[in-house]
Amino acid sequence: MSRFKSLILAAALAALSSSAYADAIAGKVEKQETNLTAIAMFAIFVLFTLGITYWAAKRTKSAAQFYTAGGGITGFQNGLAIAGDYMSAASFLGISGLVYLNGYDGLIYSVGWLVGWPIVTFLIAEPLRNLGKFTFADVASFRFSQTPIRILAACGTLVTVAFYLIAQMVGAGALIQLLFGLPYMYAVIGVGALMIVYVTFGGMVATTWVQIIKACLLLAGASFMAFMVLSAYGFSPAALFAKAVEVHPKHLAIMEPGTLISDPISAISLGLALMFGTAGLPHILMRFFTVADAKAARKSVFYATGFIGYFYILTFIIGFGAIVMVSTNPMFLSDAAKGLAGIRGGSNMAAIHLADAVGGDVFLGFISAVAFATILAVVSGLTLAGASAISHDLYATVVKGGKANEQDEIRVSKIATVVLGVIAVILGIIFEKQNVAFMVGLAFSIAASCNFPVLLMSMMWRGMTTRGAVIGGFLGLISALVGVIFSPAVWEATMGYPKGSAMFQISNPALFSMAIAFAGIWLFSKLDTSARGAQDRAGFDAQYVRSQTGIGAAGASAH
Amino acid sequence: MAATALEIEQNPKFQELVATRKKLGWTLSLVMLAIYFGFILLVAFNKAFLGTPISPNGVTTIGIPIGLGVIVSAFVLTGFYVVRANARYDELNRQIVEESK
Repeated sequence: MSRFKSLILAAALAALSSSAYADAIAGKVEKQETNLTAIAMFAIFVLFTLGITYWAAKRTKSAAQFYTAGGGITGFQNGLAIAGDYMSAASFLGISGLVYLNGYDGLIYSVGWLVGWPIVTFLIAEPLRNLGKFTFADVASFRFSQTPIRILAACGTLVTVAFYLIAQMVGAGALIQLLFGLPYMYAVIGVGALMIVYVTFGGMVATTWVQIIKACLLLAGASFMAFMVLSAYGFSPAALFAKAVEVHPKHLAIMEPGTLISDPISAISLGLALMFGTAGLPHILMRFFTVADAKAARKSVFYATGFIGYFYILTFIIGFGAIVMVSTNPMFLSDAAKGLAGIRGGSNMAAIHLADAVGGDVFLGFISAVAFATILAVVSGLTLAGASAISHDLYATVVKGGKANEQDEIRVSKIATVVLGVIAVILGIIFEKQNVAFMVGLAFSIAASCNFPVLLMSMMWRGMTTRGAVIGGFLGLISALVGVIFSPAVWEATMGYPKGSAMFQISNPALFSMAIAFAGIWLFSKLDTSARGAQDRAGFDAQYVRSQTGIGAAGASAH
Repeated sequence: MAATALEIEQNPKFQELVATRKKLGWTLSLVMLAIYFGFILLVAFNKAFLGTPISPNGVTTIGIPIGLGVIVSAFVLTGFYVVRANARYDELNRQIVEESK
């Protein structure tokens, strides 16, 4: 079966593509054979999930159904859905790409992404479920003045969601550009359109099932790839590593920490962002309200931790597999002279090429479809979280003072979904050239510096007041944002200012912005002598009893 | 008549539940933090140690089992908490809820 297809297709693609893509045409033409498989498999996924969306849409009448699937998801299902929400394209493509380029450094990243989960289990999951209803702002604002805390939480949610969405959109565009030969922009628009359909019609029910199906497909596909890589080396990781060291231009350096983490401050700061960012991601926190009670919430994190940890071990093997099987095969390189760095489509495509290497066209089609599905599942969860912040926190609570008509609230969230989808598409186009894994790191630092401190302190510390939370939370948000904008990744690499001109020469601001947030919350709560502050502190007992025992908690909703 | 929050807080069972669960949760959190930041500090300050080959002829470094070990430890710690919570806290919690009705 020939991989080299007709000149007619090449001409058609050349006509479709802008001149910017001209140098990559040869690569795309080689892919025509597999396109049909990939498109067919992806079409099956889309049709199936649209079917689920149709089924979900008929059940999604109430706000509880829309935001949390009525609390009717089991712990195991939710564990899979959390894993599906969390194992993003950045994890799958970005980390395996990082391992492909730098070896061990990719493992450091993935470890950081996992270790937040135990913290969520030990400190957050159960009280969160006991106190909340639809969004984490329900919890953060439980005993406080609603309007200011809701605005803060909505800002924290939307900024986090925006950065995370950019990363997903960039991944989607790059992937489809390579696989389908479609221009980047069309790909991003396609993802945006599908995600809007899932969320507006199917709400949390459809989003959850898209995530569960995608998690199963991704785990199965990644397991198969890791199995094939290891089987080629007699199931001896040592033999795999030995071959990788031999063929990788960095040789032995890929077996130890490299340049990704260059100084201790950056290392600790990145570690904090990944660890506590997980506990502040609005789309993840929202998932805890889809189960019946605190016990199910606890179980779901346990399952999720297992699935996600297993998946990261797989991506490490996949990255090394790509070193030995992709970088040595000219078929996968657009510039063979550059060797490993000349990989077609960039390092984010390492896992995709490896699928071709170990499983041929059909499996390549499967993994491509799964990777695309991954992006769809994650962006749907993110958009739903963002839309919920707008409709439940801003519209229903702030604008309508908690007296919004339920149907109006759902309508607002659907409008918000469409608006967020359009913004995500535009941002995806603007940020085309960024490394996707890195962008997610930025989202985490904001989640760790605004959402997490406010949430944790509201549940744990009697002394927190509305004023302290709002000032501390915004200080954390702003300092994280400023730290991100004036970091080398954004200021120099994205905005094009000269190297070394960024104000903060640190890749991640979390160390400082988290400290600022916690100190701000503490200081301004202590200084708060207002009547509202006294009321906030007095409300702690009732909140504490409910958070610990679940007495009075919102159960699985009535229909 | 349902018990008030302050009455529930006075319940010795509530105090036991909260004290033991808080202790376990924070202890395990600190263990996880120590494992992870121990790893990160090794990355930052002692790259050479992580780059030490396990056997003189092989290329596999000690950093590989350490890194994978952090991943496994996260799962094990979470599992430990869930087992303990299922065995002890749920029953205690049920009794508190029952007594507060």
